[in-house]
Amino acid sequence: MGTTRTLVTLGLTIIITAAILAQTTAPSGDAKNGRKLFAADGCYQCHGYEAQGATPTGPRLGPRPIAFAQFSKYVRQPTGQMPPYTIKSVPDKDLTDIYAFLQSLPGPADVSSIPALR
Amino acid sequence: MRKPSIGRRRFLKQAAVTGAAVVASGASSSAASPQTPALARSATPGAPAVPRESDPSAAVEVLTTDRPGGDFMVDVLKTLDFEYVAANPGSSFRGLHESLINHGGNRAPEFITCCHEESSVAMAHGYFKVEGKPMAVLAHGTVGLQHAAMAIYNAYCDRVPVYLVAGNSIDATQRRPGVEWDHSVQDAAALVRDFIKWDDLPISLEHFAESAVRAYKIAMTPPMMPVLIVADGGLQEDPIPSEAALRIPKLTMAAPPQGDSGAVAETARLLVAAENPVIVAGRLARTPAGMTRLVELAELLQAPVIDQGERMNFPSRHPLNHSDRARELVSGADVIVGLELTDFWGTVDAYRDQLHRTSRPLTKPGARLVSVTAGDLFVKSNYQDQQRYPEVDIAIAADAEATLPSLIEAVRRGISADRKHVFDERGRSLATARQRLLDRARSEATYAWDASPISTARLSAELWAQIKDSDWALVSPIDFVSRWPMRLWSFDKSYQYIGASGGAGVGYGAPAAAGAALAHKKHGRLVVNIQADGDLMYAPGVLWTAAHHRIPLLYVMHNNRAYHQEVMHIQRMANRHQRGVTTAGIGTTIENPNIDYAGLARSLGVHAEGPIADPKELGGAIRRALEVVKRGEPALVDVVTQPR
Repeated sequence: MGTTRTLVTLGLTIIITAAILAQTTAPSGDAKNGRKLFAADGCYQCHGYEAQGATPTGPRLGPRPIAFAQFSKYVRQPTGQMPPYTIKSVPDKDLTDIYAFLQSLPGPADVSSIPALR
Repeated sequence: MRKPSIGRRRFLKQAAVTGAAVVASGASSSAASPQTPALARSATPGAPAVPRESDPSAAVEVLTTDRPGGDFMVDVLKTLDFEYVAANPGSSFRGLHESLINHGGNRAPEFITCCHEESSVAMAHGYFKVEGKPMAVLAHGTVGLQHAAMAIYNAYCDRVPVYLVAGNSIDATQRRPGVEWDHSVQDAAALVRDFIKWDDLPISLEHFAESAVRAYKIAMTPPMMPVLIVADGGLQEDPIPSEAALRIPKLTMAAPPQGDSGAVAETARLLVAAENPVIVAGRLARTPAGMTRLVELAELLQAPVIDQGERMNFPSRHPLNHSDRARELVSGADVIVGLELTDFWGTVDAYRDQLHRTSRPLTKPGARLVSVTAGDLFVKSNYQDQQRYPEVDIAIAADAEATLPSLIEAVRRGISADRKHVFDERGRSLATARQRLLDRARSEATYAWDASPISTARLSAELWAQIKDSDWALVSPIDFVSRWPMRLWSFDKSYQYIGASGGAGVGYGAPAAAGAALAHKKHGRLVVNIQADGDLMYAPGVLWTAAHHRIPLLYVMHNNRAYHQEVMHIQRMANRHQRGVTTAGIGTTIENPNIDYAGLARSLGVHAEGPIADPKELGGAIRRALEVVKRGEPALVDVVTQPR
């Protein structure tokens, strides 16, 4: 049991580190423009204007998006239900700005601070 | 379809001819009476065939009757215990209409005035899912049924009985010139026969009585569906020919079909032996007993339940309710039992809507699949609501709710002490996982909490906060608001949720909510409806109906200013064709100008506030509107929302 837990912890550490590295190595974009593009390009339709996600149309995308390389690959060549956004539809620069917008989103509020959710 | 010997209009015409002749000869005019048409007819040898405009008015012309056929029709309908009959008024059923409100006293059934036949049927649809018995609907056999057709299709797909009576004028020689011809049809039911269960065209009052009772029985026998009786105008308006000959047959409801005992025993054996059984419920609970029985089965096995949301099948916060991780459970299951599933194939297969459409099984090899559905007992071919063919291991053609008692007993008999221990362990694990689902839902709801447009999570949470301490009910579907009510609220009573439209015909929501609220009214429940904007605009006159009949109901607009499902479809096409991503709103959005739903509601007599785009204003508006609803009237709050 102890070995399993150690391996799981190690695995998670590697994944998180890789994700942080990937995010930090993502090309820097313009979050403000990204917010506009997120709406104009129709991303909001399935994920909401704040990328908060909707069921079953599209998952929450921020505030800690998947690594940019994975993000970019999925947008261009989705393996699920998402319609493909080719470079003809959304240039790489726009994708970078959208990614910056997702990174800029605030984290969740404390549930206990919201009476309607108690 | 009147009999020649008693035709009312023919008799009156001949009586008038007789009168003219009698007056001309100076004889008595006392012979005519509604019950003696033959006498009137036989007394005029040599009379003019056609009265002239210059003829004096006929002193003997019989212009009234105290007992039209419509009265008997009402007597028949009263034996079927209808509370309400919904209709937009129409001349083809004027006789029945008048008999309902005068002979019938406008009680049981009470006439509900609708502004559109689609509203009438959808109200009956929503009413049934709360009350458990049909509402009657009157419509023209032609233009009325044409308006009603989509709503009838929804009810058919949703396995809901609606009791339709369509007016028609069969005898061409008796029709008024003009509109009555336009409103007459040889075979009225043909228009909707593909999506109703049964119809008839009675040609006598005796026939009407028998068919009316038969129709009720057929509609209420699973699989339940709409039925249609065509009521001829002559039968409604002509005097009853012979009261003594009329009788109303006794209604004996058919016991719903239970599953084959051998198949039930084998299903129980599979469930008891399974390590990861999953129970999936579709249109299972047709009475409150459905939920009680499903809870009993699930707790006996400590098996997770996926409630697909078509009925109130299972308490939303029950430790065994794992509807929010359906795919994960299906993928890991070794036995899956589907109870009244509309789409078993879609439950156990993944489908991908890309240029090349693909699908793959979600289940692991060797998983055993069992289907219990009354849908296997009655299938029609033209409309394709039957979905893909499911390859199951056991198919039990029976009503699932009626089959559950025997399945529960078979499972109970099969559980050994060892298996009980395994089940208890499984139950503890599932309870922990269920609590995690609730915690996660609450955390997810905080994202975009302060956003404008307002998030559907916040809309749902603010509404729940203000109704949870009342005897409440939600009367709208949940799929368009990310299922937040089922994820955040505690549904634990059979009447607190009614599922969706069935056929996905838009326009169902607003009237179905009103019909459901009408059923809740006598119980004094606080009824709320999260109302899609596009849906309301199909027939918004139902707001007037709610105000006119004082139906307490809160409409909270989910106003995303679009037919949003279609926005996404057009986006998908544009992406697929690489033709840009900014045009999906053309033809799919409802803006420029934005619709003032509060103004619309107020014009129809409904208290309303909005549009509300600032989430901080939402709670107060809901509170004020609920005060109106608690006073017994409808109210509307227009909320500008995120798409889903």
